[in-house]
Formats: sequence, structure tokens, C-alpha cells
Amino acid sequence: MAAPSHGVIATFETASDIYYAAQKVRDAGFKCWDCITPCPVHGLDGAMGVRRSKVPHFSLIGGILGFTIGMSMIYFTGAVDYQLIVGGKPLFSPMFAFPVSYELTILLTAFFTIGGMFFLNGLPMHYHPVLKTEHIHRGLDDKFLIVIESRDPKYDSSATAALLESIGGKDVTQIEA
Amino acid sequence: MVENNRGFDWITDKICGIIEGKTPGWWWVCFAVACFVATWTVAGITYLVATGVGVWGHANPVNWAWDIVNFVFWIGIGHAGTLISAILCLLRQKWRTSINRAAEAMTIFAVVCAGIFPVFHVGRVWFAWYLFPIPNSNYIWQNFRSPLEWDVFAVSTYGTVSVLFWYVGLIPDLAILRDRFYKAGNKFRSALYGFFAIGWRGANRHWSNYEMAYLVLAGVSTPLVLSVHTIVAFDFAVSLLPGWHTTILPPYFVAGAIFSGFGMVMTLMLPLRSIFKLEDLITQYHIDCMCKITLATGTIVGYAYSMEFFIAWYGANPYEGFAFINRAFGHYAWAYWIMISCNVITPQFFWFKAVRENTWFVWVLSIFVNVGMWFERFVIIVTSLARDFLPSSWGYYSPSIVEIFTFFGTFGVFSVLFLLFIRFLPIMPMAELKAVTPQGDPHAGHGHH
Repeated sequence: MAAPSHGVIATFETASDIYYAAQKVRDAGFKCWDCITPCPVHGLDGAMGVRRSKVPHFSLIGGILGFTIGMSMIYFTGAVDYQLIVGGKPLFSPMFAFPVSYELTILLTAFFTIGGMFFLNGLPMHYHPVLKTEHIHRGLDDKFLIVIESRDPKYDSSATAALLESIGGKDVTQIEA
Repeated sequence: MVENNRGFDWITDKICGIIEGKTPGWWWVCFAVACFVATWTVAGITYLVATGVGVWGHANPVNWAWDIVNFVFWIGIGHAGTLISAILCLLRQKWRTSINRAAEAMTIFAVVCAGIFPVFHVGRVWFAWYLFPIPNSNYIWQNFRSPLEWDVFAVSTYGTVSVLFWYVGLIPDLAILRDRFYKAGNKFRSALYGFFAIGWRGANRHWSNYEMAYLVLAGVSTPLVLSVHTIVAFDFAVSLLPGWHTTILPPYFVAGAIFSGFGMVMTLMLPLRSIFKLEDLITQYHIDCMCKITLATGTIVGYAYSMEFFIAWYGANPYEGFAFINRAFGHYAWAYWIMISCNVITPQFFWFKAVRENTWFVWVLSIFVNVGMWFERFVIIVTSLARDFLPSSWGYYSPSIVEIFTFFGTFGVFSVLFLLFIRFLPIMPMAELKAVTPQGDPHAGHGHH
């Protein structure tokens, strides 16, 4: 038995190549695989069958939380905890509480958006088998890579490598786990 | 967008090469000068903290002067960075990609410089934390009815979100630097960039979430940038002082902020473009776009100046009318006419193609824009305060030497930060640049679906 493998990696030259190759890997029924590209490639999500990102759900939670915290903080400090009449004005009004609540809405939306993106992507993850490969350097620079992971139920080291070669992949290599 | 059909590897080598190459001699010279100038701010502030806020030239009735002028000036400069990164992203203006990183850096550094002034103007700076609703033994909370308190939240949110937005944009580029320094055998710098690159590996499932997060951040930064200068304008508009108490102030401040910010972007980017030979990335088309935005916002500002006068007359309020006549023909008329010539006349040159194509001339005009916008804030703040309701309390304000040095020193603070940025971080977003080249489009040459 061979050494445990994380999967198999192949290089593609252009954005167009990887776009069509991704469609074929998707149609072959793989689930645990990914494309590595130097920049987001337009339409690749569709070609890979990746669903729309769930990041906005996090953003919405952050926004609602920010606005609620803003309004309730100003209500609590001014109208409950220490009532102080300033200029004969009401102790609380959503009008004067709005600007601060608005800014807190934006602040927490931003934090939740980034936190949500990190969470969904499983980052930070400084160690990853793909990062040890020779390919990754070009994959962030000017080449396009496909990685099919060994944990995919359809994975078979030689057949999967052959598939990647048949759809135009160059330099097909096993990745050490 | 990228000229001469440059490939992905050319972009990577070009941008990373700036960081990986030997530190150029001019950089050390500029850095030394910037550090020296920055010491003025440090010295000025140290003297202020040791002595008291009286070392600045404020006195009744002008209790807000250069400090608030400088604050609004620097905050305004920051706005172009957010406009470029957020609003132009939502409007799908692809030309933003080559200037957005540096413009966002400019935003952050400008907010740092802006923050210095109100924080030290409180006098006893060690109590500055009173600005935030932190429970304290005096059992007193902030007055949330005050626009000054809104400003605390607006500016601190603005600074934080700008840093987050900038950092998210940097992640893929930091990953490239991590790998390049690793290959070059520089383990320390590889680890340093790698730490902040949080293990980015360019996976498309990551890009999918990343792009969505970037879009949402652009979506929230847009109302943020508009609200920040609106709230800065509320500091004045919500008061009852003639010349300040006008509804036109928020939109007029936002337009002015973008105008001054684009002035500063051009002041910074045109020298960078020529020093680092980035003409293929910051093309004439980019300069044209920036000049046209400067022209548009400068004209809006000019319209606001005339509309203020019209409303002051049409409103038939004698105090309001006096405030504006006094601005143009009173003791501070010199400042008013500097403002008008720099902000209203200067941008009109950008109508002409020959002007926009003369980089030197554009650069000089961009400096005039910066000067003009500083004077705009001076005119609004100081002329209104120096001549308020009671003639017995009228005064004339001049800055003290401490104030002058503290202000000019902030240009040093800003330059130190900006020089460090261009030395250690990629000045252009490589991934975003690649995405707008034909090579980044999977359907290039096949027509678009």
C-alpha cells in the first residue's frame, strides 16, 4: 500500500481550460475537490457546482445585532441607568439614537462578514497539504490547479489521476498528506 | 485596463519586485525627512500634554480652530480611498483595481492623522476614554444627543472598517509573498507574511465566500463613508451658529471630502507611477477617470458655495446674511478667495484633454485641491466663530507656533506610514488586477455569455 495521500493535483494553463475541466470533474460526480486560481474566475462557481455563498447570513445577524445593541445601549444609559435631562429633551428618542446605532450596525456587519468568511473557509489554517506542493506557488501566481482529495468516495489514485490527465491536466502529482 | 497585454506572472513579478528588491536610496531620503517632520507633531503634542491646551491659539470666541480644521481635512482625504474601494466596486468600475490598495492605505493613515487632533483637543488626553460608553466610577454616561458623540462612533467605526476592508483585500497577496519569500529562502519574512495570510491557498470554494464577503463589505462601506462626513457636518449643522446651521452642509461636506481625497490620491499615485514604472497598470485612462471625478466633485463644491450665498440672502436672516458677506469680504477674505480659486477654478482645467495628459500639471493641480480644501474648512469654522452674535465678543484668531508645527508634522506622520506601506506591502491588489485582464476571463475570445 502506498503512503497516505491527501489527493491528486493537476495544472491547467488558462482560465478557459480550468473552466471546462471543472465542469468535467463536477459531472464525474466528485464532491471533495477544489480549483486553485490566482484570482477569482468568473463563472467557475457554476462550473464547479458551488452553491451561493452563505456569508450574507452572518452579515445580516451582525447588522441586526449592531442596531439592537446601539438602540438598547442608548436607552439603558440615558433613560434607565442615569436619567439626566439635557436641554429639556426627552430621555430617549430613536431620532438621536439613530446615528450611533447606524454606525454600530455597520461595524458589527463588517466584523460578522469577515468572521463568517473565515469560519466558512476554515481559516486561519496555516498548515495544509496543498501548501506543501511545488504547484501552489504557480497556482497563486499564474497557473490554475485542480485538487481532488482522497477522502472523496469516488477517489481512486490511479483512475482519478488518469481522469485529470484526460481532461487536459499537466504535471499530475499525488499530494502527501 | 492593463496595457501591453501583460500576463499574470508579469503582474506578480512587478508588484512583488517592489517589495523584494533592495531598498532604493530615495526611499531612505524620503523616510528620513518624513521622520524628521513627524517629530514636529510628537514635540507639539508632548508640549501640549505637559503644559495644557492653551498652547494652541484658541481663545474665545474661536474655540474650534486649526485642530478641528485639520481633523476635518484629514478625514475628508480618507474618503476617496473608501469611495474607490467600495462605491466604485459596487458600480463595477474596473479601473479602481490598480489604485484601490494605495487609496485604502491612504484612508487609514489619514484617519490616524485626523484622530490626533480631537483627542488632544480635549486637553486632558488621559480622560479621552470618557468619549466611549465605558462604565466608570463617576456613574456618568455620554450625551448621545450630541453630534460630537455621534462623531466618536462614526470615526472609530470608519477607521476600524477601513482596516478590515484593507486587510481582507491583502490576504491573497500576502499569500503570494509568503510563498515567494519561502522560495527565496527568507524564512522570517515568509513566516511574517504567512501569519497574516492565514493559510490562504487560492481555493475556489474560498474565493466564492471571499468575493461575497468583499461585496458585502463594499456594500456596508458605501453608506458608512457617506454617513461619516455627514456626521462630521452635523458637528456644525446641528449647532445654531450662522454659517454653520444649514441643511446643505452634509451633502456639501461629502462632495468636498471626495474632491479632496481624489486630490490626495493623485498627489500620491502620480509620483509612485513614475518611480516604479507602473504606466501599464495606472494608465492614462485611470488618470482621466480621477481627473473627471475631481472635476465633478469640485463643481458640486462650487455649486454649494454659491447656493449657500443664495440661501443666506433668500432666507432673509440678517445674521446668516452677515456671516456670508463677512466670509467673502471680512477679515478672513484672503482665506475665502484662496478657497474659491483652489476649489472652484482649479478643477475646471480638467475639462481639457491636454491638461489631463500632462502628468506634471495634473500633479500640481492636485496640490492646489488639497490646499483649497484645507482652507474651505478654515473658512467655515473660523469665520463663523470669529464673528458670532455679539459684536462685543468678536475676535481674530491666529494659530500659535505649536499648532503650526503640530499640523505640518502630521504630513510627516502620514508620509512615514505611507512609505512603510509601499516598502513592505503590495501597492496594488494582484489578484484583482489579474481578474480584470483578458487572461482572467474564461470566455476570452469566445464572446461573452
